[in-house]
Amino acid sequence: MRIDVLPVGNSALLIEVGSAADVAALHAEVLRRRDAGELEGVRDVVPAARTVLLDGVRDPGPLAGRIARWEVPPLAETDGPLVTVPVRYDGPDLAEVAAGWGVSPDEVPGLVGGIVFRVAFCGFAPGFGYLTGLPARLRPPRRATPRTAVPAGSLALAGEYAGVYPRSSPGGWQLIGSTEAVLWDPAREPAALFAPGVRVRFTEVGA
Amino acid sequence: MSGLLVLRPGALTTVQDLGRPGYAHLGVPRSGALDSGARDLANRLLGNPPDAAVLETTLDGVTLRALTPVTVAVTGAPCAVRVCGRPAAWGAPVRLRAGAELDVGRAESGVRGYVAVRGGFRVPPVLGSRSTDLLSGLGPAALTCGTPLPVGAPGPDPIHGADTLRVPGPPAELVLPVRLGPRADWFTAASLRTLLTSAYRVSAASNRIGLRTEAGPPLTRRRAGELPSEGMVLGAVQVPPDGLPVLFLADHPVTGGYPVVAVVPEGPPLDAAAQARPGTRVRFVGA
Repeated sequence: MRIDVLPVGNSALLIEVGSAADVAALHAEVLRRRDAGELEGVRDVVPAARTVLLDGVRDPGPLAGRIARWEVPPLAETDGPLVTVPVRYDGPDLAEVAAGWGVSPDEVPGLVGGIVFRVAFCGFAPGFGYLTGLPARLRPPRRATPRTAVPAGSLALAGEYAGVYPRSSPGGWQLIGSTEAVLWDPAREPAALFAPGVRVRFTEVGA
Repeated sequence: MSGLLVLRPGALTTVQDLGRPGYAHLGVPRSGALDSGARDLANRLLGNPPDAAVLETTLDGVTLRALTPVTVAVTGAPCAVRVCGRPAAWGAPVRLRAGAELDVGRAESGVRGYVAVRGGFRVPPVLGSRSTDLLSGLGPAALTCGTPLPVGAPGPDPIHGADTLRVPGPPAELVLPVRLGPRADWFTAASLRTLLTSAYRVSAASNRIGLRTEAGPPLTRRRAGELPSEGMVLGAVQVPPDGLPVLFLADHPVTGGYPVVAVVPEGPPLDAAAQARPGTRVRFVGA
């Protein structure tokens, strides 16, 4: 795995790798090493599309040198907790997404339900996870015109990502279904159902 | 429980403390007081612990009524402080009897004032913090007329009274030390020189999320294309497609897709940015 370590100001490091799969493996390695006490003082570990940010690093220089020499094992498909989310396939963009895939809307639940997604990173809103796992042939484009209000619980797809809106917000992703699962509850531990590293399977309600 | 009541919320007054570090991976902004030095001073004056919640005002202060006897301190942007219409001390403990009205006036310079109360404002915490996060809506809503503000029990430390006070004058310009990176290589060498030698102005579109700049030379990208979203730090200088730098403040999004050309260190430089009014000259200098 190619690893680049970029300094970010005086107290953070950005670790860049080549792919989403490499980020997942690197993120797991960072958490392992943090649990082992090797990353003392690191306050935030923020995975993203091709990077993992370490923020709140007391002495980033020496740590950067060590990270550049890390051997990061690939992540096994079964690593990480698995969350099952019941979904009604009632989204307003279901027919359009199905047409883009060359299938009937009835076939979408089976196609989506056969994928074990992984939360690659969070952003956009608290508890909004960017889920990877869509094969290249099932990657719909964003909507040409974003909606001003996407209902909370909407299961949405855009490009290589799937996601569920934790609360009503504007959004440009294609809506294929909805869930009553609580994605975000600050009074719960953990507050986010979809934390980075979690695996997710969507099951059809009533199927 | 003792407390105060909001009579005049001002343009934007929020509860702030140390914020919510440690939750960025769940999409939660750091939040917290923009001028950390002024927040810390207000708490120190009253013998509060550093994590006690204070109020952050914006330009035109706030008016509160004490429902019980309390001791308060006002720091940050210099302003007139009045108790029941009479002048009272800025930057020092002020005792309020029950029913007394505290008026924190319009900022004479700077932007953000801080009002601490002995015992701290005890609104319900969310993820360990009482800060209002204006980007994601976590924490208490911005104050409105009639908002009750509960106050906690005083800690063991005595009221300090005096402290070393730096009364900030109106800054002629905001000078921000920066360390280039992590994406400086996305910009032309000429643009990086431009960044470190030119002057911008603080845009009126600035807020708790970011300090936007205007009226300066746009930076030119060397690399085209989109940067995949990546983690953002407090103090990041992000460059959107218009080429004008945006300095990320406490409520900044945790990830972003525009390249960060440089980073301003936390502490006094970011505190100064929190107090820079629209129109103030801004320069970025190599740290």
